[in-house]
Amino acid sequence: MSDKQSLASVEPKADKGRRMLLLAGTGAVGAVGAGFAAWPFLASWKPSARARVIGAPVEAYIGDLELGQLIRLQWRGQTIGILRRTEQMVENLPEVNDQLSDPDSENPEQQPPYASNIHRSIKPEYLVLNMHCTHLGCVPEFIPEVGAQPFEQNWKGGFFCPCHKSKFDLAGRVYSGVPAPTNLIVPPYSFVDDEHVMIGMHPEGAV
Amino acid sequence: MAKPASNVSRQLSNFGAWIDERIPVSSFWKAHISEYYAPKNFNFFYFFGSLAMLVLVLQILTGIFLTMHYKPSAAEAFASVEYIMRDVEWGWLIRYMHSTGASFFFIVVYLHMFRGLMYGSYKSPRELVWVLGVFIYLVLMAEAFMGYVLPWGQMSYWGAQVIISLFGAIPVVGDTLVEWIRGDFFVSDATLNRFFALHVIAVPLALLLLVVLHLAALHEVGSNNPDGIEVKKKKDEKGRPLDGIPFHPYYTIKDIFGVGVFLTLFAFVIFYAPEFGGLFLEPDNFNPADPLVTPEHIVPVWYFTPYYAILRAVPDKLAGVILMGLAIVVLFLLPWLDRSKVKSIRYKGLGSKILLAVFAITFIRLGMLGMGEGTHAQTIESRIWTFAYFAFFILMPFVTKYEKTRPEPERVTK
Repeated sequence: MSDKQSLASVEPKADKGRRMLLLAGTGAVGAVGAGFAAWPFLASWKPSARARVIGAPVEAYIGDLELGQLIRLQWRGQTIGILRRTEQMVENLPEVNDQLSDPDSENPEQQPPYASNIHRSIKPEYLVLNMHCTHLGCVPEFIPEVGAQPFEQNWKGGFFCPCHKSKFDLAGRVYSGVPAPTNLIVPPYSFVDDEHVMIGMHPEGAV
Repeated sequence: MAKPASNVSRQLSNFGAWIDERIPVSSFWKAHISEYYAPKNFNFFYFFGSLAMLVLVLQILTGIFLTMHYKPSAAEAFASVEYIMRDVEWGWLIRYMHSTGASFFFIVVYLHMFRGLMYGSYKSPRELVWVLGVFIYLVLMAEAFMGYVLPWGQMSYWGAQVIISLFGAIPVVGDTLVEWIRGDFFVSDATLNRFFALHVIAVPLALLLLVVLHLAALHEVGSNNPDGIEVKKKKDEKGRPLDGIPFHPYYTIKDIFGVGVFLTLFAFVIFYAPEFGGLFLEPDNFNPADPLVTPEHIVPVWYFTPYYAILRAVPDKLAGVILMGLAIVVLFLLPWLDRSKVKSIRYKGLGSKILLAVFAITFIRLGMLGMGEGTHAQTIESRIWTFAYFAFFILMPFVTKYEKTRPEPERVTK
């Protein structure tokens, strides 16, 4: 004799509708309770208060940056590059447009709106980039020299990722046909004054 | 003089009965060991199930002892592994047993899975044995990946960076998910600390549970064999399969021999080639993790490289991640893709034999390509083999349905 039959013989007039309602009600309330109970555990995996504080904006001094020089610093564990471009470098940017995936920086996730322009920066001269390749997070090499390279005959200067051969131009725009899907990320940044950049903070009123 | 001895034995058997009235020890022993009838025609490929259990036990034991000296923090992890290697008495042996054990686990599991493919061990009524096995494989991959992060070398760090960033390819929630997994804005101390927790307790518990379920399902339906016929169909008057022999002592003896050979090879690698030419422990991982310096070639350990090759073969990040995921998920579907009347490759047609042979070559070749630097030629070749990998699963229903099979024997052959 199965359990169901024995139950039925003990309580022949069981109200099945009522039993279902109670089961469904208990189940639903229990599920909500389980969800609330699970939340603290799931949320404990989010960046802690300490991690968020360490992730606060950092200030960089750019007063002594030479033309064509790239400096690297760390913000939130990411390598951030600040490149002071020559006028020539900025003028040459449109030359490679037809070889790029997103020449006009139309993907809004790759830069804040104030860097959504041909030079992908607030001031054309200074490029601020998250240096990690958008493919798998390696740090591409800075190769500013114009001319033939082992990986590209007609190189106009830019960034080359040694991991999986992705190529970016001097505004961090990705070449088409490489593993990296998008342009390098421009982090939020703002100029404190002419010689200081704050990485991780949008210009006032910009966003 | 005989009297006291019989007294002792009577007391022992009374004690045994006392236990058995309270917990079913002897009936469990009978059902699963001494009177569990396995087909008598098991061959070489049937060593690897029990060997996988052996490696699991070894990994748990050596792992427990490693946690006694290891420090799961970004500042101390690398140095604590070096401390184990240099200063802890026999620490090098325990650590090399664990690191070599990881690779041997996959060698054994891959051979165990290949056995299943050959003899149709996934086919009805063993679908759930197979499905639970694929879950074990998945969980094992997670376990191995997180274990590899713990020494906090360069390859640990950048491997974690690459693998975690794969989740970032998921539309909309990707970035949030990545941040949640890392517990920081980059792979950091928080990531290492939680991977340690998962590696030493959460995932092993899941693994043990799945192994119990895998065996429970196997013992419910009975073992398959190289002929792919059901030994339960032909029984003697006592209800024992005519072609079956009790697991103990017959297969316990056989497996102990296998264990002997296995441990000999295992010891050889531990003592003479624990890094195995950079395959088991990569050279880059002897440098401490540095978030600012990316190694020139980020390559996972050998057992992940077939999937890594598939990932790299696809020019689009999201599509690459999806295809890599599919390459594993498709294994779950195998019991329903094979529509052959027979189970074993012995009685399947030429088509199935070619498919399986090509698949085995494909898996090995993808593994080799996944270790490469990812040159253009390698990428092109990876695409061809990726195509071959999926062709195995896509062609299987058609080939197995229409090919001419040979009749299965009534009783097991050699």
